[in-house]
Amino acid sequence: MTAAVTSENPPPLEIHDLTVAYYKKPVLYGIDVTVPAGKLVGIIGPNGAGKSTLIKAAMGLLPASSGWVKIFGEPFHKACGRVGYVPQRESVDWDFPVNVMDVVLMGRYGRLGLFRRPTAADRDVARACLDKVKMLPFASRQIGNLSGGQQQRVFLARALAQESDLYFMDEPFSGVDAATESAIVVLLQELKDRGKTLLVVHHDLATAREYFDTLLLLNMRLVAFGPTAEVFTHEILQKTYGGRLTILSEVAEVVGRQP
Amino acid sequence: MNRGSLRWLGLAVLAFGCLFCTDVWAARISEIKEYSILEQAARFFTLRDPSLRNALIGSVLMGVSCGLLGSFLIVRKQALMGDALSHAVLPGVALGFLWSLTKNPLAIFVGATAAGLLGAATVHAVRTTTKHKEDAALGFVLAAFFAAGVCLLTMINNLPGAQKSGLDKFMFGQAAALGDGDVILMAVVTGLVVVILALGYKEFKVTSFDSGFARAIGFPAQGIHYTLMLLLAFSIVVSLQAVGVVLVSAMLVTPAAAAYLLTDRLGRMLLLAAVFGVVAGAVGSFLSFVGHDMPTGPLMVLAGSAVFAAALFFGPRYGIFARWWKQQSRAARTRRENTLKSVYHVLEKRSFQGDSVSWQELAEQRRETEDEARHLGDELCRHQLATRPRDQADLFLTPSGWQRACEIVRNHRLWELYLTNAAHMAADHVHEDAEKIEHVLGEDTVRELERRLNYATHDPHGKIIPGLADVQSGLPSLTRGGRAVGFGSDT
Repeated sequence: MTAAVTSENPPPLEIHDLTVAYYKKPVLYGIDVTVPAGKLVGIIGPNGAGKSTLIKAAMGLLPASSGWVKIFGEPFHKACGRVGYVPQRESVDWDFPVNVMDVVLMGRYGRLGLFRRPTAADRDVARACLDKVKMLPFASRQIGNLSGGQQQRVFLARALAQESDLYFMDEPFSGVDAATESAIVVLLQELKDRGKTLLVVHHDLATAREYFDTLLLLNMRLVAFGPTAEVFTHEILQKTYGGRLTILSEVAEVVGRQP
Repeated sequence: MNRGSLRWLGLAVLAFGCLFCTDVWAARISEIKEYSILEQAARFFTLRDPSLRNALIGSVLMGVSCGLLGSFLIVRKQALMGDALSHAVLPGVALGFLWSLTKNPLAIFVGATAAGLLGAATVHAVRTTTKHKEDAALGFVLAAFFAAGVCLLTMINNLPGAQKSGLDKFMFGQAAALGDGDVILMAVVTGLVVVILALGYKEFKVTSFDSGFARAIGFPAQGIHYTLMLLLAFSIVVSLQAVGVVLVSAMLVTPAAAAYLLTDRLGRMLLLAAVFGVVAGAVGSFLSFVGHDMPTGPLMVLAGSAVFAAALFFGPRYGIFARWWKQQSRAARTRRENTLKSVYHVLEKRSFQGDSVSWQELAEQRRETEDEARHLGDELCRHQLATRPRDQADLFLTPSGWQRACEIVRNHRLWELYLTNAAHMAADHVHEDAEKIEHVLGEDTVRELERRLNYATHDPHGKIIPGLADVQSGLPSLTRGGRAVGFGSDT
């Protein structure tokens, strides 16, 4: 399943022996994974498995205790222009005084770099992205006056405006209506068909098999990574959800309590 | 917002108290001379007095920088940071003074900024190394630095021979004591704030809104945060002389808080906050000037609080008055629609024979007195939903009144039918819900309901649901030869 990785064509995401700890308490242990290009990857696992932590650490938003991450063969800070990000919807204050257009324009900021103002061309891109998620009529709405599903679409439009090659999305399906959910699925598929690589944190096991072509099953450790058909098996799911890694989490507790 | 407004109420009371009991601390711009208020005002607006000129320019500059930076504090939910920093600078003021033993603005500026940043760093350290959250860290760092500052200032006051006059004014501010050097420093700081915020507007905006995203696109969120804190420390330090340690945080937060109530766009909020800051500063120094003994700092804060109160009550969108008005007009519309519905019911009871309704019939239908019914009828007339010809005592619906009446009855009955059919509620449980829903159903939803209910003609109680034809044509007896409602589409 992995294509030959050459130095001219490095994989979108390569994680090597990544360990992440919150206040010394490890949440991810020695993750090793290489994600080939053009995959729509669902990151699946129980609560507290470290799904969000994995993508945040991959982008350097959380410090790694050990190991390294390469994006297209480079460290994140050099490759961040090729990475799009959809944070959890709850992570921002929706009463913030900006409208929908302002938020989507933020997707252009990375390309603009520091101290340069968005141009008319950037506005056109932002409009096109809003149109794609059917939110263009709401462009001048304050973001707090939107439903949960609409807010999620705005975040997606912002990520689209980044025009990236690798996307990290943190629970884009949480708290959205059925119409938004299917619109997002179509959009993800479309991005994948254009050769983009997507890693999507997903909560719902029932839809995971249908939405993603590749799954990354996580429970503090990488349980399995591969094509959905191969890894969505009773045994592996049992290993991810059922068989608790009791000793591992107990040790983590002890380490966390150390002064 | 509620806690915030309580805070400002408290501050306003505190400032008001200062008017009466702080003549030891409080500053005055006009020396005590016997001028009439008009003469004082003339002196103020001609800016003849150099000390007055400095006070006014200083407070305007302060209004701009505090308003701009305060806006970012508000949207980042760090309003208390202004409070902490302003208290933390006090020991720095004292140490800066001790260094030069004069009231050298630059020495005090450097000392105060250093102390402020040390305070901010301490807060950060407490927050990241202990289990305390930011509020607790702000609480005790603020108090500790402030206490140290008060002790140092008292020690300086006991020093023999030092040029210490005016140092005590750092507590509550004395705009009149601003020297040329102070005003130049204020101008430099305000210029710096304006230029940096204008250059990095997009950076400050995205890090304030979504710092995770800002870092993911490679923006130095930490650096931007510290830049903001540094500008804040500068701004607080130069504002100290005008409003004092205790109230400077109000100049940061109050104008910005008022602006936040009035707009949904960050750019406009910054602009409004700067304008409000200038207004508060200018009004404060004017009032202090015309009212001989009044202290400047508290008056500025009171002026700012008045702006906030005005925004809170009279803001066009989120103001208390606007919201009350909206609620009132919605209630009045609902009342009119309910009257229309009653008229419809009266007409329906006599199978739409005759177009007019008497007060008695309306009162009976509504189980009210005739006076009450007449009152409601007059309200309909005022809104052109009904007419009452001079020679008659009865009420006639106008075409628009008839249309609305049909719509309301239709909405009500459709909703009842929908609840019984789709939500499987008992027929006698659905009336209450429909009473509310009938007033808010949009035409699109109505079309959808009709479609889903297969264009049903009768509600769960067996009454006819008026259709589109009834809504569009006039009263049955006038235009349709007395044909019954609900069968308009039969022909």
